[in-house]
Order: sequence, then C-alpha cells, then structure tokens
Amino acid sequence: MDFLDPMINGFGVVLQPVNLLYCFIGVAIGMLIGVLPGLGPTATIAILLPLSYGMEPVTAIIMLAGIYYGAQYGGTITSVLLRLPGEASSVVTVFDGYALAKQGRAGTALGIAAIGSFIGGTLAIFGLALFAPIVARYALDFGPPEYAAMTVLGVLLVATVGNGHKLKSVIAATVGLLLATVGRDIFTGAPRFTFGNLALMEGIGFIAIAMGVFGLGEIIYNIEQRHQRVSVPAKVANVWPSGKDLKQASGAMGRGSVLGFALGVLPGGGATLSSMVSYSIEKRRAKNPERFGRGAIEGVAGPETANNAAATSSFIPLLTLGIPANATMAIMLGALLIQGITPGPQLVSEHPDLFWGVINSMFIGNILLLIMSIPLVGIFVKILRVREGILAPITALITLLGVYTISNSIFDMVLVIVFGVLGYLMKKFGFDAGPLVLAFVLGGLLESSVRQSMRIFDGDATGFLTRPISATLIVMFFIVALLPAIQKLWKRRRLQLSKKTEPATDEKTKVESTKID
Amino acid sequence: MANVSSAVLVGAIGLSCMAGALALGLGTPSEPGSGMWPFILSVVLISLSVALALLARRITDVEKFSGASWAVLAGTAGLVAFVFLLPVIGFEIPSLVLTFAWLRFLSKETWRMSSLLSVSIVAAFYAIFVLLLGVPLPHLF
Repeated sequence: MDFLDPMINGFGVVLQPVNLLYCFIGVAIGMLIGVLPGLGPTATIAILLPLSYGMEPVTAIIMLAGIYYGAQYGGTITSVLLRLPGEASSVVTVFDGYALAKQGRAGTALGIAAIGSFIGGTLAIFGLALFAPIVARYALDFGPPEYAAMTVLGVLLVATVGNGHKLKSVIAATVGLLLATVGRDIFTGAPRFTFGNLALMEGIGFIAIAMGVFGLGEIIYNIEQRHQRVSVPAKVANVWPSGKDLKQASGAMGRGSVLGFALGVLPGGGATLSSMVSYSIEKRRAKNPERFGRGAIEGVAGPETANNAAATSSFIPLLTLGIPANATMAIMLGALLIQGITPGPQLVSEHPDLFWGVINSMFIGNILLLIMSIPLVGIFVKILRVREGILAPITALITLLGVYTISNSIFDMVLVIVFGVLGYLMKKFGFDAGPLVLAFVLGGLLESSVRQSMRIFDGDATGFLTRPISATLIVMFFIVALLPAIQKLWKRRRLQLSKKTEPATDEKTKVESTKID
Repeated sequence: MANVSSAVLVGAIGLSCMAGALALGLGTPSEPGSGMWPFILSVVLISLSVALALLARRITDVEKFSGASWAVLAGTAGLVAFVFLLPVIGFEIPSLVLTFAWLRFLSKETWRMSSLLSVSIVAAFYAIFVLLLGVPLPHLF
C-alpha cells in the first residue's frame, strides 16, 4: 500500500485547523449560493475568486474545491425541490428527484443524493490517488510538441463535447485563444493588441474574464428571464433514507462511481455525460423501467454518484497535466496560476503538500457535505424562498466590488462589465462560454509550446508527426474535428442501405442513436 | 438572421485581428514573430465564421431579443454609471442608487421593500469592505 503513504501525509495538511476551517467555509458558502436561484457552481466559484486571492495556495484551492462540491450539492437540492437544476450535471436528477418530492419523499431523495455523492467522491479519490501519480510520471517526458498537441486536443474536446453547438463552441474557443494573446509577447516583448493601454500590457486578467463571462453575464442574463414564482415545499422530512431505500440504491451507486470516475477524466463535460449515461444504464438494467421518471431511487442515486465521482476525477488531468477538463476546472487552473503555481507533471513531486492536500480536502469536503447537508436541508429550503430579483443587484455589486479588491483597479471593473456583456450576448446568440474561458486559460501554454515546437522542428510543421505521442494526439485531433462530417456521411449511407433491407437494420440504428444521446 | 449577423461579427473580429497580426510581423516558420500565432488564429476564426454563415439557417439555438432585453441594457448602464461615479464620489451613493433602482424598476419590488433593502445592503457592504476588510475603496464616510 505504498501509494497511500503520501496520501496519508496529505491528511496532515488538510487537518490543519486553518485548512479545515476554509474547507468548511467553502462547502457552506458553496451550498448556500448553489441553493440560491440564478447562479450555478461555475458562476459561484468565479464570483468568489477574489476571496482566495490573499490566501496560501493550498488553503485557497481547498476552499475553492469546497465551494465546488457545496455548489454542486446545492444544485441537487434545487433539482429535487424545484425542478431547477443548477447545472447540466444535475439535469437528470430532476426526473426522479422531483417525482419523489411530489410524493412527499424529497428528504429521501436528498439523503440518497448526499450519500451517493459521498460514496462516489470517496471512491474516486482512491482512484485519483492511485492513477494521478502514474499519469504524472508518464507525462514527465512530455516536451513542447506533446504539450501543444495535447492542449489543442483538449480545447477541441471541451468545445465539441460541451453544451452548445459545436461550430459555435469552437469559435468561442478561438476567440478565447485570441484574448490570451493580448499583452506583452513573452518571446519578443512586443505589446500585442493593447491599443496603447498600459493596463493591458500584462494581458487581460483571468479573474476579469471569468467573473465577467460566467458571473456578471449570468446575472444580467437573468434580469431578462422572468422566472415564475416557484412553490417551495414547506417541510422536508425523513432525510435519512431507510435501509430498504439504501439497499435499492447501492448497486446504482457502485456502478455510478466507476462510470463517473472513468468518464470524468475525459475532457469536456465529464460530470454531465456520466450522470446521463448512469441514468440510462440504471433504466436499462431495471426490472421494471417504467418506474423511472416516477420516483425511482436508483434514478437519483446513480447520476448523483456518477457526477460527483466525475467531478473528483476531473482533477486528474488538471493536477497532472495542467489541462482542465471543464469550465470549473479552468477556473481552478486560473486560481492556481494566480497563486504562482503551474500545475503539471512536476506538481506531485515538487508540491506534494498541495497535490495531496487538495485531493484529501475533497475527501474532507465530502464528509462535511454529508454531515452538513442532512441536518441543514430545512434551512436551505427556507433560503429557496429568497426572490431572485432581490439577489441580482447584490450579486452584481459583490462581483464588481470583489474584482476591485484584487488590485484596487477601476479598469478591472470596466473589464468585468465588458466581459459580462460579452457573456450575455454569447448566451443570447447560442455560444457556450465555457470553451472561451478554458481556451483563454490555456492560450499562453498553447502558444508558447507551439512556438517552441516550431523552433525544435526548424519551422517544419510535419515534425509533430515524427514523435509518437504528439502524432497520436494530432491524429486524434483530426478524428474529433472531422467526426461530425463522417457521422453524417455514414448516417446517409445507412439510410440508403436500410431502405433496401428494411427491418433488419432498424434495431441497430436505434441502439446507435441512444448511445449518442 | 441572428446567426448571419454573429457570423459577420466573428468574421470582422477575425479580419481586424489578422490586420493587427500582420502589423506585428509574422517572422519565419522556424523563428515565429509576435504576429504569427494571432495570424494563425485569425485565419481559423475567419474560416469558422464563413462556415457559420453557410450553416446559419440550420442552427436554431438563438434567443430573440424581447421587450425585457431593455431591462438588461438598463441594468448594464446602471453598472457602467456605478463604475464611473465610484472614483469621483465614493461607493456609497452610487451603490444606494443602483440597488434601489434595480430593486424597484428591474425586479419590481415595492417602494418600501426597495428602500429598506437598498439601505441595508449598502450598510452591509460598507461594514464588510470598508470596516472589516479594509479595502481601499473610494468612500465618502
């Protein structure tokens, strides 16, 4: 059990009172804001970024990770009680969670979700402890070409697996990469796209972009959405699920953990994808699948376990390769970079306290979540009644004043508003903001590795194909980029074939189409 | 239609970035200059905008602007005014006016509710940012 040794040392870091306190604060704030209408986990972390600014790196990341879990669970609470998923990964929880709530079993649904999240998160942490150092060791051999190929593949995957239209997401990502070029060129020192503005010489601040696009953009977008008054159930009882419910849910939790862990490592919406796949697996496995959508415990247990396991395992690419797997991880990466830490394969060996501290804080965060969520559900139900209209000006002011506190700069506030408007317009025109922010964070790394590679290859771009790892990644890039076109051609041919040989192919296409879903 | 206009906008961004990149100098493939990377990106962006314009009719994920969109504009204008007034007259009065107007006119709260809330919100912010955190925020009092 050697691989567990550094992990146990990591507990020493987390269990320091300061870190424990911030983990607790993070989970509490995250849950609180996650429950409040209008802001999902990504927006929550973005708005609260300035809080982490003056902290020790380990403490800062521990708190942000705590906010992440808390906010995710807050989203679960609103899915079950109000049918309002906080983010895409708890959309499927709505189906059976809300049905259970209508039967007066909201407490059971929330309890099962909390226990499932705990189990999924905990199992994923063991997987993380086991696999992350292996990935990191492997990645130590990566040179600029490998990083260039991997980053470009990561950006493309996030853009294509995400929520929005693929083409629009790739456009958003490209704009993000362009935004990253603003400021002094690190190779030549020449100012780029600064329009003579001194404040732009150091580049656009990550916080301004994240808080603007995710935070303020979301807030002003919500002004327009006249939400109907929601009716909140008056009381939620029996949060501890019965033994029978637990037994019924245990299989779903086990499968959800493994599934979530495996899918979470993949770039692009791992948590969302895994919750959906988990739901469809549970439904297909069930003896009487018609129960699903009418309050099946497994329909809550599976997806909630899977999305938490995925949220945990998505830390693997971030901490070992420095590549965030989704928008939330992009914010984590931004926060680490601000702290002067560049996550990468060296992190495990150079900052073991940070690496294992973060991983174990997730474990502690999960325990805190379990302890807090069950008795506090009643309070959260009360918070749900706060009207969104009252929150909007408060969150808008917090966002603006928060960004000001970082470097006491009015210009940063202006930037937040500019990016807030951009975020709003992107939402209106159907562009997903996640790829933009993610590409922005990775832009610097991508440009410098591409430029270094070009020097190594002496200007010959085919050099990327001469190294096995970068060649594989580049081939994968083209497969992902061209996949939609190939699929379309294939479908068309299929359609022609099925016209000739009628029913035989029908069943197959059905299976295929559910898989894509 | 909205997709066509966003495609045109994206294309325009691409073209202006390309002009900027060319002005920075591309360098050679083995010794890339400052403008090389932005140039590559702008070429990608322009081709993507052309693709978007071609596919525009088939993409239907655009939300129409409605009467309520004016509220967004009003809210944003309020925020801009807040940021410009902040260094001049401190944060208390702009915050008070902003929260009150937002609550009363955008969120349609009652006069009573809006006045009570806006005063207590600003008081809370004063306590947190000025007294507790000691942020050097321009303030009157």
